[in-house]
Amino acid sequence: MEGLSRRYGEVVALDGLDLTVHAGELVALLGPSGCGKTTTLRLLAGLEDADAGQITVGGNDVTRLPASKRDMGMVFQAYSLFPHMTARQNVAFGLRLRRIGSAQRDRKALEMLELVGLASQADRYPHQLSGGQQQRVALARALAIEPQVLLLDEPLSALDAKVRAQLRDQIRRIQLDVGITTLFVTHDQEEALAISDRVGVMQDGRIEQLAPPVEVYSRPATSFVAEFVGLTNRLAGTVSGSTVTVRGRDLPLVDISTPPGPAIALVRPEAVTLASDSSGDSGPLTGTVIASTFLGATSRVTVDLGDTTIMAQLSTAEAVELPAGSRVSLTIRPDPVLVSAGAAPASEAEA
Amino acid sequence: MAATTASDTGARPVRAGRRPRLPAWLGTTPFLVYIGIFLLLPTGIVVVNAFRSPSGALNLSSLTTPFESPDRSYFTGSLELCLISSVFGAVLGAILAYAIASGDPDGTVRRLYIAVSGVLAQFGGVTLAFAFVVLIGPVGLLIHASWFYTFPWGIAVIYTYFQVPLMVLVFLPAIDGLKAQWREASDSLGASSWQYWRYVGAPLLAPAFFGAALLLFANALSAFATIVAWENQIAYIVPQQIYLAINSEVGLSNVNQADVLALGMIVMVAIIMTGYAFLQRRAARWLR
Amino acid sequence: MAAVTSVGEAPLAVPAKRGRGMQAGRRRRLNAFRYVVFTFFALFFLLPLLAMLRFSFEGSTLGTWSASAWSQIVSYQGPPPLLSAVEISLELGVLTSVVTLALLVPTMIWIRLRVQWISRAFEFLCLLPLTIPAIVLVVGLAPVYNKIRHVELSALMLFWAYVVLALPYAYRALAAGLNAMDVKTLSEAARSLGASWFTVIFRVIAPNMWQAILNALLLSAALALGEFTIAYTLLYNNLQVELYSIDRNTPNASVIFSTSLAALIFTFLLLLIISYAGRRRRRGMR
Repeated sequence: MEGLSRRYGEVVALDGLDLTVHAGELVALLGPSGCGKTTTLRLLAGLEDADAGQITVGGNDVTRLPASKRDMGMVFQAYSLFPHMTARQNVAFGLRLRRIGSAQRDRKALEMLELVGLASQADRYPHQLSGGQQQRVALARALAIEPQVLLLDEPLSALDAKVRAQLRDQIRRIQLDVGITTLFVTHDQEEALAISDRVGVMQDGRIEQLAPPVEVYSRPATSFVAEFVGLTNRLAGTVSGSTVTVRGRDLPLVDISTPPGPAIALVRPEAVTLASDSSGDSGPLTGTVIASTFLGATSRVTVDLGDTTIMAQLSTAEAVELPAGSRVSLTIRPDPVLVSAGAAPASEAEA
Repeated sequence: MAATTASDTGARPVRAGRRPRLPAWLGTTPFLVYIGIFLLLPTGIVVVNAFRSPSGALNLSSLTTPFESPDRSYFTGSLELCLISSVFGAVLGAILAYAIASGDPDGTVRRLYIAVSGVLAQFGGVTLAFAFVVLIGPVGLLIHASWFYTFPWGIAVIYTYFQVPLMVLVFLPAIDGLKAQWREASDSLGASSWQYWRYVGAPLLAPAFFGAALLLFANALSAFATIVAWENQIAYIVPQQIYLAINSEVGLSNVNQADVLALGMIVMVAIIMTGYAFLQRRAARWLR
Repeated sequence: MAAVTSVGEAPLAVPAKRGRGMQAGRRRRLNAFRYVVFTFFALFFLLPLLAMLRFSFEGSTLGTWSASAWSQIVSYQGPPPLLSAVEISLELGVLTSVVTLALLVPTMIWIRLRVQWISRAFEFLCLLPLTIPAIVLVVGLAPVYNKIRHVELSALMLFWAYVVLALPYAYRALAAGLNAMDVKTLSEAARSLGASWFTVIFRVIAPNMWQAILNALLLSAALALGEFTIAYTLLYNNLQVELYSIDRNTPNASVIFSTSLAALIFTFLLLLIISYAGRRRRRGMR
């Protein structure tokens, strides 16, 4: 997709967006509400018209084609199964439109239902199936027509947490099995990071970064990405030269052309280590533990530094040693950091 | 705080010495008495008298008289008129409802048409018939329709006038219930507009449509004022004949015939409403 | 497997006119259809009303204009005088709506509070009149009314039957109002403060559903104003019967139309007032 723009009256939903998805790849579009990710998907599907730009699939320009001619399979967020048809009939629907004989249709529908593990429910109606099962049927239906591209519009958002995790992995497994080019839209970063080959983080109609999950997480390209993906501490500091000085320590900058002056350094909690401090000093890197959030193998510890708070990610064993009220001293690992502009007064660490 | 909660069903706890226990349902007595006298009793009278001969003995011929003339002609007349007006009302009303539903959900057009439908569905009867007489009657303002006083087509036009708004009111929620995702899913699977309607839209709307049509049928069946104002010399339909049977000027009033005809109507309406309830449930399940 | 790729380097610089795509085309066709439909139905619904309007201004010879039909509403002598029929119907409207409410409001609240298990049967009974046509009801009412006529001859006695006819509509309006509030909690709070059941019903619950009550009032009154079947068959004289007999005696007398339009406008205005009153109160409430 290239140069895609879409406006709704005053609102610019997409602003000259370029996106290339490679064959067999799963790209996740991640971003907050209103960032344009769903619009992108719907433009690709043909459910909306672009105001400008071009869309190509497999070398063919499909920009002018209506949705029904675009050979794409789509899974919606909810309620997309036809309620008056059984699971089997739903899955076979696309095949019926293509005038495939009923025996063959039936076979293919069952095959697809087996792929998603629901062959036993083939003759159930949607209202007799759970949310997760309905989405699996929807997936089977989309794949039954053997489309060139698979589009998923927040397919897991309407489901319970537990079902979400299971289904997420299943979708990825199937996608890899079938080898189909896929575009997956979500606002849940865990989903996006867990199953995609590349993640496109979007804001205000543009893609801020398009890269494999590890890279998006550990080398965010912009401060928006750094703050949207994973947790970030925002610490006030001063930029000079190629480092930013935060609370008395110099940290290298990702972007050495950052203009000098006050700035907010974005520091990941994993980069912060704590040690028990019995010295009684109160330097800029000492503080008191306020709270500890148990996350399983690791824990997130919040420390009050007097003028701000900071989050550190420690192994639970270590965190247990530092209960609330303990005095601690901090070290910040000198990874390159991003800064966001401005000298906003030090705020609490943001997720 | 020791509160007497409002959730007990049945008796209130006794307050020491004050009042004897009374079952709470007695509070509905005034209502029950009223309904008993003015709804249940009359209905019961009709049903019982329908099976009584003038001398008071049990007479089961009422089970067959509706199917013989002359009674039969009134029932067929009613059925004809109701069928025509419901079919036209349902089809036209469905088209209008679709036009309303496919527009802006908050727009003025939608609100206007719904409000108008609410008012016009009640606007039947005498004045409506007169309005049509001056509009398309033999000396009408718009056209001189020579067929205006023929049964059933002349009167069916008037019936359609109040059937359409009723259809809109009843059927619009069903169209609203067609989810956008179904259309989009159907599109992305490759269906054309026509295919969507044939395989998805129409089957889903069918129960609601036919249910609403049944409701229209029952509505037309009960109508009386409109046809009386249109033409009261000849009785074409059952309600007209019931009136004549009660108020006949030919000697004694033939009340028994009125009861038989009335019973026939009750049975018809009961069948229709059962069908309606069944279709409604189906429609509600899909189009919630 | 296909790849979704971008073509070339430079983005296509075609600025799209609004409405280039397929969705827009479909939208346009739909809008054309809608305009046609709305125009057709607007005409269909308006024409009889316009005809009535035109005729209400008809003079004594066809084709002339005169406003006398409107003043005749009050002055038409009949027999019987039109005005008395108007009065009777208005009184019936008031009587019907008041009695319907007096019957339904306390009963419905009481059921909701103390006797929930009856509510299914109650709803069935209230909606039953919808399935019993008025003409059928009147067959069974005739004997009842023969008894009533021994006591009281006035057409006002029709209200007994009208209340039954109004039940389904009033019930639905009141049920909507009751559903919008938490009756149980309010009444428990009131009771815990020492209120009697009477107070709970009339001073706590009922005031909180006044829009629904007004609605039910209006529906019942409108029904009474428009009722013909029962009055006619039982040989009473109300507004609709009177209009009908005027037409039988003097076909197309324009006073029929002026009166009907007046009744329609009257009902419509009442509707408006109620809906505006409802809206204002809602804004005023914190």
